[in-house]
Amino acid sequence: MSIASKANSLWEYANPKKFLTTTERVLPFFWVSSAAFLVVGLVWGFFFTPDDYKQGSTVKIIYLHVPSALMAINCWIMMLATSLVWLVRRHHVSALAARAAAPVGIVMTLIALATGAIWGQPMWGTWWAWDPRLTSFLILFLFYLGYVALWEAIEDPDTAADLTSVLCLVGSVFAFLSRYAVNFWNQGLHQGASVMRAGAITGTDTEEKVSNIFFYPLLLCIVGFVLLFIALVFYRTGTEIRARRIKALLARERVNA
Amino acid sequence: MIALLKRDLTLAFRAGGGFGLGLAFFLIVTVLVPFSVGPQSSLLSTIAPGGLWLGALLACLLSLDRLLALDWEDGSLDLLATAPLPLESVVTIKALAHWITTGLPLVLAAPVLGVLLNLPVPGFFWLVVSLAIGTPALSVLGTFGAALTVGLKRGGLLLSLLVLPLYVPTLIFGAEVARRGATGMETATPLLMLAGITAATIALLPFASAAVLRVNLR
Amino acid sequence: MMPDLGKYADTVLSAYAASLLLLVALVVFSILRGRKVRAEMEKVEQRMTRNG
Repeated sequence: MSIASKANSLWEYANPKKFLTTTERVLPFFWVSSAAFLVVGLVWGFFFTPDDYKQGSTVKIIYLHVPSALMAINCWIMMLATSLVWLVRRHHVSALAARAAAPVGIVMTLIALATGAIWGQPMWGTWWAWDPRLTSFLILFLFYLGYVALWEAIEDPDTAADLTSVLCLVGSVFAFLSRYAVNFWNQGLHQGASVMRAGAITGTDTEEKVSNIFFYPLLLCIVGFVLLFIALVFYRTGTEIRARRIKALLARERVNA
Repeated sequence: MIALLKRDLTLAFRAGGGFGLGLAFFLIVTVLVPFSVGPQSSLLSTIAPGGLWLGALLACLLSLDRLLALDWEDGSLDLLATAPLPLESVVTIKALAHWITTGLPLVLAAPVLGVLLNLPVPGFFWLVVSLAIGTPALSVLGTFGAALTVGLKRGGLLLSLLVLPLYVPTLIFGAEVARRGATGMETATPLLMLAGITAATIALLPFASAAVLRVNLR
Repeated sequence: MMPDLGKYADTVLSAYAASLLLLVALVVFSILRGRKVRAEMEKVEQRMTRNG
């Protein structure tokens, strides 16, 4: 009984009106808290952490690079989930949320690529290398572009939602495949994922760790980016819902006239 | 099914259905490569496998927007959708017809163009093998892209934008086979990956293409 | 106040500038479009209620 009622309550947010009123209520909280986390995390990271013995002050770029890269991938995963919900349960809010998230994902990918290139210039001696991680991010960027372009190109909103959802599904599989293909194709310069490793958090991993001094502000920045992403997606989904309503109202007006 | 395949093939061969167009494009791209990188034969033979793969891929891409658009315009696509034949087989046949008219000629022409780019002798065999295994995936993926954009007025450029990222794994493994073959290295691993991708796309993607086509025909 | 960034000052500062610029642009454009769409919806809704 409790599970059923819980499930019902989640699906209630598929009602556009309910979604709008609820997000309207929680949005200020997300805006403020994301700003707070980002300001504290970035200021802490920028002003109050020491330089790395090898990377010098460029280590400070990690506070932007890692969270944006994480969000770039998580954004696509979220779009995949909402696309599936649209295809299976046909809730309009779900499809519109995927549409609203895509440009956010593009910007996150751009930040990750830009900060990476700026960091790579002094560290690797090159702006760009055809390293597996860099290359797969570029490919992810191309997928985002195609996804947004397809949304823009199609007039009928339901058709657009269906087509982009299928593209998102197929694209996910191929983005994943590309990740392994480029791994095979070139062994990289990029260090392995060093933030989330257990040893990095406990500080026992001596090999390649992000030590605690860098880790706590980084964690704040990651939380800040997640909150910012949620705030942006809620807000932009609201915009899409309203744009959709305008379209429906105008269509009704034309029929009545 | 056979009748549909025959019809598509006849249409492609007759009335300048673009049969020779892909081949001519492949030839031109291959001829342009030495102009852009210089005529040193050692340089050319290093980039020959990748250059030929890229040329074949672009030639394939070029012919995609006519894959479904003509049938869409004259309404035969609607007829096919209401025919007893499931739409999944229709798109598979379409992809097969596209491969026979575009992919297969590219595979056969590749060794000839390999001579132009100074491809090392052991590379010829592997180039043909990798193209023969890889181009069916390009046709099937292209059919998916064509099905996505079939209703659009100016879908051509969008089609390229959507399809090219999907081509990445096939291109990587295909060119890797040709490159390793040309330098006499072991080719089994990328060849298996390439074959696996092609088999999986042929098996699964027609369902996505048919679903998308149903949406567009609604 | 300003920490000593050493020889990598340009690198760090330009990375922060580029990222913050992109983030701010994203937020600003989202809000501008949101405001516009909301105002337009209210206009259309009012017109609809007036005309029945």
